Formats: sequence, structure tokens, C-alpha cells
Amino acid sequence: MEILKVSNICKYYGNRSNLTKAIDNISFDVNEGEFVGIMGASGSGKTTLLNCISTIDKVTAGHILINGVDVTMLRGEKLNKFRREDLGFIFQDFNLLDTLTGYENIALALTIQKVKPKEIDKKIKEVSKTLNITHVLNKYPYQMSGGEKQRVASARAIITSPKLILADEPTGALDSKSSRMLLEKMEELNKNLKATILMVTHDAFTASYCSKIYFIKDGKIFNELIRGDDSRKEFFDRIIDVVTLLGGDLNDAL
Amino acid sequence: MMLFKLSIKNIRKSFKDYAIYFLTLVLGVAIFYVFNAIDSQEAMLTLTSAEKEIINLMNEFLSGVSVFVAIILGFLIIYASRFLIKRRKKEFGIYFTLGMSKKNVSKILLLETFIIGVISLVVGLILGVIASQFMSIIVAKLFEADMSRFEFVFSKASLIKTVVYYAIIYLIVMIFNVFMVNKYKLIDLLNAFKKGERLKVRNLTLSVIIFLVSICILGYAYYLALNRLDSLDLFGLSILLGILGTFLFFFGISGFILKLVQSNKKIYFKNLNVFILREINSQINTTVFSVSVICLLLFFTITIFSSAWSINLSLKNDLVYGTPADVQIVSYSQDVLDVQKGILDKIDYDVDNFSSYVKANTYGFENVTVGDLIKPIKKEVLKIYPNLLVDNLLPVIKISDYNKIASFYDRDTYTLNDDEFILLADYAQMIEYENKALSEGVTIDINGKKYRNKYDKCMEGLIDMSGNKSNTGVVIIPDSVDTNGYVYVRSYLMANYKGDKDKKEEEFVKYGDEIADNGGFYNTKIDIYTASTGLRAIMIFIGLYLGVIFLISSACILALKELSDSTDNKEKFGMLKKIGVDDKRLNRALFIKEGIFFMIPLFVAIIHSIFGIKCANIIMESMSVTGNMESILSTALLIVLIYGGYFLVTYFMSKRIINEK
Repeated sequence: MEILKVSNICKYYGNRSNLTKAIDNISFDVNEGEFVGIMGASGSGKTTLLNCISTIDKVTAGHILINGVDVTMLRGEKLNKFRREDLGFIFQDFNLLDTLTGYENIALALTIQKVKPKEIDKKIKEVSKTLNITHVLNKYPYQMSGGEKQRVASARAIITSPKLILADEPTGALDSKSSRMLLEKMEELNKNLKATILMVTHDAFTASYCSKIYFIKDGKIFNELIRGDDSRKEFFDRIIDVVTLLGGDLNDAL
Repeated sequence: MMLFKLSIKNIRKSFKDYAIYFLTLVLGVAIFYVFNAIDSQEAMLTLTSAEKEIINLMNEFLSGVSVFVAIILGFLIIYASRFLIKRRKKEFGIYFTLGMSKKNVSKILLLETFIIGVISLVVGLILGVIASQFMSIIVAKLFEADMSRFEFVFSKASLIKTVVYYAIIYLIVMIFNVFMVNKYKLIDLLNAFKKGERLKVRNLTLSVIIFLVSICILGYAYYLALNRLDSLDLFGLSILLGILGTFLFFFGISGFILKLVQSNKKIYFKNLNVFILREINSQINTTVFSVSVICLLLFFTITIFSSAWSINLSLKNDLVYGTPADVQIVSYSQDVLDVQKGILDKIDYDVDNFSSYVKANTYGFENVTVGDLIKPIKKEVLKIYPNLLVDNLLPVIKISDYNKIASFYDRDTYTLNDDEFILLADYAQMIEYENKALSEGVTIDINGKKYRNKYDKCMEGLIDMSGNKSNTGVVIIPDSVDTNGYVYVRSYLMANYKGDKDKKEEEFVKYGDEIADNGGFYNTKIDIYTASTGLRAIMIFIGLYLGVIFLISSACILALKELSDSTDNKEKFGMLKKIGVDDKRLNRALFIKEGIFFMIPLFVAIIHSIFGIKCANIIMESMSVTGNMESILSTALLIVLIYGGYFLVTYFMSKRIINEK
């Protein structure tokens, strides 16, 4: 069953005399339980695409359906409710609130949905065990490592059991060891909890954890890769092939 | 020229940051001008020469206070500009990387400060000139002068003074700014935005303990302020403890509140409460010093202003009571037993100038002293007031003489049995002890005959006219008393003028020196009114002047802190928006957060003030001033207007900051 259906969306910036097509007629689907990656160089339009899907930005044309609901039509309180309940966000710079402890940061996603404190506690204990962050729950972000911060941010994203988790360069600010750990955890979430994840990245290694990858160039889908039964190593090599094909544009892929 | 353009653009760009700064500068300049221009008001009022003299005196007072105000404004401006420079570190960093020299960056900053300074000076002066027109109305009302014609008042002296003071302050600020820029290292400037204000997390248990300790210290300070006013050392201690307690209070309060709310998970984990509480906690923790100073400033404002107002109202009420006759002539000469014969006739002043008059004498007796009247509690009182002049003789008056005065003054008359006396007084602090003594029974001895008190408390009344209630005691005795052997005699003549009172007063005053030459002196209603009005005006203006300056200073500091936090917190609010918090809830959270931040120092200041005002009332009672509700209400109005105004401006500007893309 498809969770996300993107059909013919466009996003233009500027005016008639100086038009920038950040997204130029993109369409694709994400099914339930898929771990989809979107790859592209800086300025290829991948973050704009994610912003449109996450309803942070508005499309110029086209429709985005999430779980059958056309999010381009949502306004006001309905839009906020949709973001609160159906989407989970993981950002490159973690976006944790520095004055709150790890526990409180995760809890915030639930308190704004008016969940009872007892239930909040139960859920946080569960998810922190899965993501291996029980030991940092009472620490403040400045006391955590980058990897721990990103896992706390991930916990905040998945704790509301969203239909779709959107991750924007989640490994962008992490060292390779932390990146690997985070990606393994995300893979686990995807396999064990059947979480649907859409991840934007320009890094081939990060992308190799996905089950399907769309390559974007100049606002258009340029290629599509499906992992199938390949091992992660084999998939990685195939990604590198595409990146090479794309030319110098993705030279920071490694 | 390029630098000039850049400066102008910068000011426009950072107008958001500058707005509160600008507002405060303008208000500061305007207030400074208005209070220094008060002497020019007399031009439009018809005042007597005595009133003019009082206004001159008041002006001297205000000039003195102005120096103090200028210092406060100077500190405020330095704080604010340091703050604004901090916000722009990154920008300066970029100038440096582009190869601009420190000298040029300093020049940009100098130009900016100069432009802002000149604009705010001009706007402030214009506002001040307008406001001082309204001030004339207040002055006219205070002096009960008639303002039949409206005339535009403008004080060149005040204008020059304002510009000079302002120039000095600004010169210091500019030197300070250049110094700040020269101190910076490029790497710090570029990374400044990343560091932000260092997060201060305190041990919550420690916070709670410090909070509880601070409550105990404050409680003891309050106790000392109310109950141990007799000792100057202990009074000083209570102030020191109050300051210490305030600092500790703000050190611990946020942690205490956090801990308190955390213990109730239902409230803590409700909506955005976690976020709001943590934000306030970190905000207060990073500004313990400023918040404490602000709290103390607010406390001074409330206490000074409401005390000044109390004195004003008290003096006003006492005035009618204390001046029941147009003129009173008193003779101290032991040779004069009748003012009319002994003085007025000698100096050729015709009593036909009076529509009515009354004469009476008071005597001093050896055994009728302050100490004798409070005999039952004398030891106790001496313990508290070791310097009380217990050997002073109290004036004694025969009942028939007193009743003559009383009917002239339009007050109650009394009757006495042959062995009784009445104590007449109106000085609040003395009455307290006298009443206590009288309720235990007091006997006095005149020429061997004993008299006891008729009433068990003092009767309110006076013989000497005065602007405030200051009669510490007059003993009324039966007519049958043998007045031989008195220590001194004083003769009185009280009168009302016939016809035009102002004209008659002017004529009478001309005889002043001659009256003195004959061993007498006089009080007139108009004199007492003028002196009292002058005192009231000085009180009100100084209270208002300091109050407003303190208020805008503290509100400005809080506002700057909040606004810079909002800029820093834009990302946080953006993140909350991304995870689905709607604008309404976000704005409410902002409102609560800033409201609490503004309210906490005010709240503590109000608690301080309750005790401060009580303490001031005790002290003022010796000046026969009683505290009252109206003064508290007018203080509240002042605070709501200025402090509340700053809060609202801050809220709306913060809202705009966090909601902009």
C-alpha cells in the first residue's frame, strides 16, 4: 500500500524574467514499510522536495498524497494536526532544544498531542531502549555526542508512530562511526517497526542503507535504483556507478 | 562616504534591535528636558515672590537629582550598546574578513552610534517640549495658580543642559564601543553566533536549598525593617540582608519552580509547559545579576514614589487643619502679656485690619514637662528614644482661654472640673506614648495642687499654626489654677484679615521686622501654604523623576534581553512549528514566557515594597505623615503604564521576530 504519492509536482522560485525551477515535474511513490533515499548534489532540489512533502514549503503545481490525504490542500489547524500526528522529522543539525533534557525533548512531541504523562513515560522507555539512548535521557544536548543527539532526535521523530518519517541529511553532522550506528538503528526501525522512511542525502554510504533510491538532478528525477536482494556492499557499488554517471556534480558523494 | 551609507543601511536593517534602545533614549531625553524645564513654567503662571523662591529651590533639587539620573542613563546606554554590539559580532567579523581595518569598523560603529544618538536627541527634545506643556498644567494645579492664558513654554537653559549632558554620556559610550570592537578577535567574531549565551545548568537541589535560605534571609530582613527601626545598625543590616536575599532568591527561584512543577507530571508534561519552564529557567539563570538589580530598582521606585505621594497627600490634608486663622502673632517676650498692647500698638498696626481676632496666653510650669506627662511609661520610652527631651516644659493654657481659641478655630470646646486637666496634641508619634501614659493615669502638680487627666487619651487640637501636625502637647487646666510662679509666658493673637486677604497680607508682612524687634514672630496661612506646596511639589517631582527613570531603565534591560533571546530562539520556535505546534499555541507560550520573565522581578519588588512602605510609614509618622491607598494606586498606575508598555512592545516585537521567515 502506498503511503506517499507524489504526482507531477513543481516548485518555481523567482519571477517570469528570472525563473528557477527547483523541482520540475517530479512524480514517485513510497509504499508502506519502505526506506527510500533521495540523492543529489547541492542545489539539485532534494531539500526543496523534502520541504514540500513535509508541508513546510508549498508546491507551485501538482499534488502530494500522504496516506490518501492531499497535503497540498491542507490549511491551518488541519495542517498542524497532520504534522503533529502523521509526520516525524529528523534534521541534519538535530534541532534539539538545548534547555531541555533528552527525555524532555522526546516528551515534547507527545505533550503537544496531549498524551498522558504515564503513557509518555512508557513510550519513551520503549523507544530509548530500541535506539540505545537510555543513558542520555537525563542529559542535556550539550552533554551528548553528535550520534547520541541524532538518536534522541530520531526517538522524538518516531515516538508518535508517524505514517512517514522524513530525514534531511541525518548523518550530515556525524562522524563515520556515529553515522553507521544511526543508520543501523534506522534500518532496524524500518525492518522491525515497519516504519516508512524518506531520507535525503548526498552521501553514497548513507544512501546504501535504503531499499530504493531516486537520483535528482536539476529538479528532475534522473535515475532510480532498487536494492532488491543485494548486500549493502553491492548496492553501494551500484550507487557509485550512478554517481559517476552523474559526473562531477556529485563529487562529494564519498 | 561609503562608511556613512553602510551605517545608515545598518541602522535600517537592525531597526528591530534598535527600536527598544531608541525608545528608551527618546524617553530618557524627554524626561530629562521636562524636569529641568520646570522653572520656565513660572512664566505662564501668576505666582507670588515666595512661590517663585520655592520653585527656584525645587529647581536646585531637581538639578542635583539630574546628575544622578544622567549617571543612571549613562550606564543604561552603555549596557544597551554593549548588548547591541554583541548581537552584531558576526557582521563585524565579515567586515574584518573582507579586509576592512579595525579603524574603519570603529568608524562605522561611531557613525551609527552618532546617528542614532542625534536622532533620538532631536526626537526626545521635541517630545520633551510637548510634554512640558502638560507639565505646566500639573505645576499650576499644585500651586493652585490660575492658568488663565496659555503660553507656549520653552526652556533654553534646559535644552542646553540636556544637550551637554547627553553629549558627555554619548562621548563615553562611543569611546566604550570603539574599545569593545578593538578587543575582539576575528575567530571569536565569526563563531559568535554559534556560542550564544553559554547555557547555565544548575543543580536543582542546590537551587531549592538556596531558594529556601533566601526566603529565610528575606524574612529576617523584613522583620528587622519593621520591628527594629530604633537601631540604625540593624536597619542597615536589614537593607544589606534584603539585597543579599534578593540575589540568592533569583539564584534559586527558577530551579525551585522547575523542581516544584516537575513533581507534578500532569502539569509538567502538559502542552508546551516543559519548554516554557526550561526557557524561563535558563533565562533567569543567565541573568541573575541584572534581574536582581532590576528588582531592587523597581522596589526603590515603588517605595520612593508611593512615599512621596503619601507625603504630598498628608501635607495637603494637614494644611487646612493646621491653618485655621489667616495670621497668628506670638510673643516670646516675658514683658509682653498682651500681643495687641505689647506689640501691635507699639508698631502702629491697626487691629481694624482684622475682621475678627482672639487673644490668649500659655505658661510654662516647672513640674509640667514632657516627662511628667508620660511618667508611667517614661523609662520604657527612654529606652527606645534615649534622646527624647523629657525635661522640656509643655505649654499650659486655662480652659476659658483655650475655648476662646477653639471657637475661633472652629473646633470643639471643653469643660473641666477643678482637679482635672486635658492633654491636647496632634503629633502622631508622641500621641501614641501619651495615650498609653494617660490610659494608666497621669497626675501633674502646679503650685502644690494636683490635677489628674480627664480623658484617657489626647484630644486632637492645636494652638500654633503649622503645615503639618506637630503639636506634641498642650495642657488645658481649669481657670481656678494659680498661675503664679510660671517659668515663662507666651502671648498669642490669632486673627482673620478684613477684605482682600492677599493685599492685607502684603501690608502686614511689611511689619515683620518690627514685630521681631519687639520679641514676637508671626505665622500666616499664606506663608504656610506656600512652604507646604513647595515641599509637596519637590516630593512629587523627585518621586516622579526618579520613578520614571528607574522604571524605563529596568524595563529596557528586560526588553533587550527578551528581544535578543527571541532572535536566538527563532530556530527553536521554528522547530516547534515543524513538529506541528500551531501559531496560536506558540504565541501563547511566548506570551507566558515573557510575561513571567517580566512579572517575577516586579512581583518580588512588590513584596519588598509592602514591607518597605510599611517601614517608610513608620519613619514618616515622625513627620506626621500617614500612608494611604491613593498613593499606592497612583504608583500602580505608573508601573502599569511604563512597565506594562515595555512588556507589550517587547511581546509584539518578539512575536514578529519568531514568526518571520
